[in-house]
Amino acid sequence: MNILLEPRAIGMPLERLDGAAKLTGTAPYAFEHPVSNPLYLHPLQSAIARGRITKIDTAAAQALEGVVAVITHENAPRLASDKDKELWVLQSDEIHFRGELIGAVVAESPQIARHAADLVQVDYAEQPHEAELRADRGDLYAPEQVNPNFPTDTAEGDVEAALAAAAVTIDETYTTPMEHNNPMEPHTTIARWANGELTLYDSTQGVHSVRTTLAPLFGLDPARVHVAAPHVGGGFGSKGTPHAHNVLAALAAQMVAGRPVKLALTRQQMFALAGYRTPTIQRIRLGADRKGHLSAIAHDVVEQTSKIKEFAEQTAVASRIMYAAPNRRTTHRLRALDVPVPSWMRAPGETPGMYAGEAAMDELAIACGLDPIELRIRNEPDLDPESGKPWSGRHLVACLREGARRFGWDRRDPAPGARRRDGWLIGMGVASSTYPYYAMPGSAATIRYGSDQKYVVRIGAVDIGTGTRTALSQIAADALDCPLTAIRLEIADTSLPMATVEGGSSGISSWGSTIVAAARAFRSQHGADPGEGSEIGASMPENPDAERFAIHSFGAQFAEIHIHAGTGEIRVPRMLGVFSVGRIINPRTARSQLIGGMTMGLSMALHEESVLDPRFGHVVNHDFAGYHIAANADVLDIEAVWLDEFDPNSNPMGSRGIGEIGIVGTAAAIANAAYNATGRRVRDLPLTPDKFLT
Amino acid sequence: MDARIALRVDGVERTLTVDTRTTLLDALRDHLGEMSPKKGCDHGQCGACTVLLDGRRALTCLAFAVAYDGAAITTARGLADGGKLHPVQQAFLDHDALQCGYCTPGQICSAVGMLDELKAGHPSHVTQDLSGAAELTDDEIRERMSGNLCRCGAYVNIVAAIRDAAS
Repeated sequence: MNILLEPRAIGMPLERLDGAAKLTGTAPYAFEHPVSNPLYLHPLQSAIARGRITKIDTAAAQALEGVVAVITHENAPRLASDKDKELWVLQSDEIHFRGELIGAVVAESPQIARHAADLVQVDYAEQPHEAELRADRGDLYAPEQVNPNFPTDTAEGDVEAALAAAAVTIDETYTTPMEHNNPMEPHTTIARWANGELTLYDSTQGVHSVRTTLAPLFGLDPARVHVAAPHVGGGFGSKGTPHAHNVLAALAAQMVAGRPVKLALTRQQMFALAGYRTPTIQRIRLGADRKGHLSAIAHDVVEQTSKIKEFAEQTAVASRIMYAAPNRRTTHRLRALDVPVPSWMRAPGETPGMYAGEAAMDELAIACGLDPIELRIRNEPDLDPESGKPWSGRHLVACLREGARRFGWDRRDPAPGARRRDGWLIGMGVASSTYPYYAMPGSAATIRYGSDQKYVVRIGAVDIGTGTRTALSQIAADALDCPLTAIRLEIADTSLPMATVEGGSSGISSWGSTIVAAARAFRSQHGADPGEGSEIGASMPENPDAERFAIHSFGAQFAEIHIHAGTGEIRVPRMLGVFSVGRIINPRTARSQLIGGMTMGLSMALHEESVLDPRFGHVVNHDFAGYHIAANADVLDIEAVWLDEFDPNSNPMGSRGIGEIGIVGTAAAIANAAYNATGRRVRDLPLTPDKFLT
Repeated sequence: MDARIALRVDGVERTLTVDTRTTLLDALRDHLGEMSPKKGCDHGQCGACTVLLDGRRALTCLAFAVAYDGAAITTARGLADGGKLHPVQQAFLDHDALQCGYCTPGQICSAVGMLDELKAGHPSHVTQDLSGAAELTDDEIRERMSGNLCRCGAYVNIVAAIRDAAS
């Protein structure tokens, strides 16, 4: 049974423990790890989207003073496993997408490496490629499952009959563009190969997952692969798995054995090599009676993957649990293209799926003449519609009502285009948020009582900016019933016990549960007054309670929008998120995460679009000048609050994870506000000014 | 081609030999091991490499080191007085105006430089009245800090921190 901790340190708004180091710039990130006598690597990328390399002439590069090695498919060390084709780097002359790694220069300085990279001459035999996602193609296919392991399709009842019989129907298509994670710290790694062992200082969301992925690729015992990630400059999913550049750096290190090889992808290279969110084309059909009671929900998704590796974003999964409708169906269809490999980007699935689903709910509210909050309340399911299990605290309605009160929802005029001030059209919108509870089995932790009378808590977790160091220390203090100052937490290195990846908002749930298990075992074994050197280890325990309930977080997001009638300029002066996410471990860092998610959602709504030129297969706007992410002046007032609660079934902390829910629903709230302001329904993100003119 | 230059970094005189193609950012990071300024884009588009160069904020990724022989550079590390944070840094900590921390040293240098610019009476794009000194409004802070991107989305806390530090 899940025994809850008594919160003492948990719930305190502590400053983040690594704050001062980050504020002075002295917290070391991967590339900054001090190494002696390093070499610098500059990657070579394919200039075609599909075909073969017929000739690669490295003579001029080799001849440049300071160049130590030029690596291509012709001389690269052989890899041991081609299971993951994204990581099958420099093993053949084939090209699968534009920007794919085809070699590297390793040199004494980054300037020389980059210069030499320009001197490499590559001839190609080009083949026709396809890089454009369209829904009207016959070669779409159904993947076996969608990320991480959901059924591809679901069906319950008779959707077509229910739609035909419904008094009110919505049938619309919504699209979201290709988007790139763009953490501020580029993907960087330092690789060193010495004495048959590989060491990486890597910017990653999981040191152990880098080890377990790379070891078989290089035919190494995992114990011979060491990975450290002391500080990570954001990831948002793009550092959740090792990418091709990790392999490239390790191959280079193997060739120059003994010397560390430093690689930092350029911002431009990140647009081809570090994952992205697939574009989506989503058809949503809703059927309801005149009072807004849903009889049918259909959510059919078309999205892309790469030909070399499948990633199937779970875009329609949230529609399976959101609202009570007896007839429901969801489908995912993919098109495999000659494009870079898509991957996780903050709340994969929920983010694009809830944009479409919640915009459709807004359309239904208007069609029924209902307030959009009332429509959602009328369709609140008593049990999880998908599993039939009871909810472990579904408080969506409470979030909507609390948000409406705080935001001044009663001041909203439901008539679209009704409010105008000084040439600006003013509107308000709302949308629901949701994110499932994940805890991943497999983590372990040790606790040792040291000579300095501190408890040394060791777990190979990472802090990618979420506040892991601070929150896990708070959990450890409560689990050991000791002051926070008596905890010394060690994370971010494979020399520490196994920890699962930071992803799916599962970090604190997984690692925290593991630390609590270790602490309880420690006290049980060594008592309240342990001797010096007392030590114990434990793994993440199973939580049978979690199987009996549908455990999901919920939230309500509100936005006010101003759109200039003459220019289409869009400003979002106010946003509010109210979340039901279980117990909050640290209110200060939690608020930052939720606001940060909403800020990324604002950015998605208004700015972000990777423009892939199908003629060539590359992202044209591959830097921050072309791919705009929200800057300071784009963001006005954003507030995030939460219900005071705990989840008795999730884990000993009563928490559910908060890294992702903040971005879910934001874009829909803003798009719905834009409709309320203008009377114009823009269904294709991003909401740029041109779409509100003409 | 190499050149020998001197830089005063956080109050310490340093001499180094650089390939003339080396940016000030790479000179600081790769040659001097001064990792406080960060490389986010290398194109002057993100602001992570911001330092105070002879007292004014500057993007070190857009500056060739050889052109700044003799310059005085203050990084976010140098703004702190040993263990004591600069008031702007302390305000960032108080308001949790950071998450991953990678843009943070640039934000700090930019904020310190920006407050000096405001004090010196420099107008910005959003300054309404160009005849008098610009006031420290939230709009002024947002505008003047928009060269420093933050993907974690700490902007509302950054604005609050700077407002707090300036008062």
